[in-house]
Amino acid sequence: MATASLDFEKPLVELERRIDELRRLADDRELDVQNELAPLERRLTELRSEIYRNLTPLQRVQVARSARRPFTQDYIDRCFTDWIELHGDRQYRDDGAIVAGWARLDGESVMVIGHQRGRDTKENLRRNFGMPYPEGYRKALRLMKLAEKFQVPIVTFIDTPGAYPGIGAEERGQSEAIARNLVEMAGLQVPIVATVIGEGGSGGALALGVADRVLMLENAVYSVISVEGCAAILWKDGKSPEMREKAARALRITAPDLYELRVVDEVIPEPAGGAHADHEVTAKNVREALLKQIDELRRLKPEKLVRRRREKFLKMGRFVG
Amino acid sequence: MAWFRKERKPRVPRRERLEIPPDAWEKCEACGHTDIREKFARNLNVCPECDYHRRIRAVEYVNILLDENWEETEEDLKSADPLGFPEYSARLKKAQTNAGDTDAILTATGAVGGLPVNLGVMDFAFMGGSMGSVVGEKIARAGQRSLERKQPFLIVSASGGARMQEGVLSLMQMAKASAILSQLAERRIPYVSILTNPTTGGVSASYAMLGDAILAEPGAVIGFAGPRVIKQTLGQDLPEGFQTAEFLVEHGMLDAVVHRRDLKATVGQLLRHMTGKPAAALTAP
Repeated sequence: MATASLDFEKPLVELERRIDELRRLADDRELDVQNELAPLERRLTELRSEIYRNLTPLQRVQVARSARRPFTQDYIDRCFTDWIELHGDRQYRDDGAIVAGWARLDGESVMVIGHQRGRDTKENLRRNFGMPYPEGYRKALRLMKLAEKFQVPIVTFIDTPGAYPGIGAEERGQSEAIARNLVEMAGLQVPIVATVIGEGGSGGALALGVADRVLMLENAVYSVISVEGCAAILWKDGKSPEMREKAARALRITAPDLYELRVVDEVIPEPAGGAHADHEVTAKNVREALLKQIDELRRLKPEKLVRRRREKFLKMGRFVG
Repeated sequence: MAWFRKERKPRVPRRERLEIPPDAWEKCEACGHTDIREKFARNLNVCPECDYHRRIRAVEYVNILLDENWEETEEDLKSADPLGFPEYSARLKKAQTNAGDTDAILTATGAVGGLPVNLGVMDFAFMGGSMGSVVGEKIARAGQRSLERKQPFLIVSASGGARMQEGVLSLMQMAKASAILSQLAERRIPYVSILTNPTTGGVSASYAMLGDAILAEPGAVIGFAGPRVIKQTLGQDLPEGFQTAEFLVEHGMLDAVVHRRDLKATVGQLLRHMTGKPAAALTAP
């Protein structure tokens, strides 16, 4: 199946097309094409690795935003069992931009909460492109409290351009909803593991991100502002690739950058060609990382867990004096 | 020698006597009312005519809110350029020259009507009150002092949001401030948040909206997304008065809109209620 679609993946597209063609030919005529196929596939793997080894920060933004990348629901389906979705903030409505519910990780109950994007227009209308309203964050908080009540770890997936900027969102207190999640998460007495799986867009991302361990997929990005927004404000040009690349570099938004800045605790490797090239392998890597982290966190007493979480965030920042 | 000779004073022309140097006048940005600068100053930089609350510096809020003999704290913290962000060092230098050395927040320890508190006041004059590592660290340290001394904590906000030149480290300051506020909440130490014009972005989406009481000055613009961003997203004009302090009170997001001259008394009254102290003489019936 073709997985390439981004502009810098063009060399892959041609190769994938030839492989597909050969396979179809082989199927139709019942031919053995293994000898022809093998070198092409080898070449494809090489080319993928090569391209993905040298991604620029802006290209990583493109990868992180790709609709072919696994979304929260894809991880729920692949990393967990016994999933049951829960809806609504009990105050206003159910926000489709955040999915949440009970699931099992290796047989043990956890609360899973994540931003959910859509792959097509119809789904994106329902999911609001993964941009939550205040009621989305309040649903998330309600269920985090529920997890605390039953002493179950919380697993969050971060994948949003940001909290929705709109009239209703402001009227219902977007700021308060995000702020409330931050302060409540800083005191929850159960393990919290957050994973940035795609785009971590500012406060709307952080509202699910005050965790004991923050993990990040290799090609995900996490930023205080979008590269477009930053370039538009500082250099009056949020559109040109040059200025967007400049912003992407300057903001230090890639997983290795954030690991170095100690904002992220672990970088989860993606298969060659990015997470979208192989959902199964990506999900397996994520699952292993989650298992390891939660296993470590479970050993800590709640007071110690909370104290360490607070200390971790209190240490963040760099200044003189 | 005449006993009653009138002493001759040099005659001063009437007009000249009344003349006030032209730079002593100020005009209200909102209603155009023109008055002597001193009158604006005496009125805490609120227009005597239309009550428009002008933007003032952090130190002025400290003087308005705290009793005499307050002390500045965390004076030695300065912004670094942790990411090597283009033009950031130069901008910092310029801001320090123009707005002073306290970065975008001034922290102090003092008292409100005799009640000891720790206070942070953001300063819009320093890079638009943007929140970077220094702002977060000062809040954390001032909050920590509140925690150790069991004294109420106050923050006056004025900010366009996070300082993008410090990238994701700025974003993390929201979590950092929340980590200290969650401890204050746990120990039942009051935290009062005062919002001034403007309070938006990452500041409004963290400590600004987490007060045990949240007050705002009249007319202050308060919101998560700036009006420009919302207008751009929706492609339509915003309703009149959208995102003002009055709009937020109406929508249940603030406790009260408070005139600058009443800020200190209101904060004092709230703190006394929250700390089990008797009413101050001022507010007693």
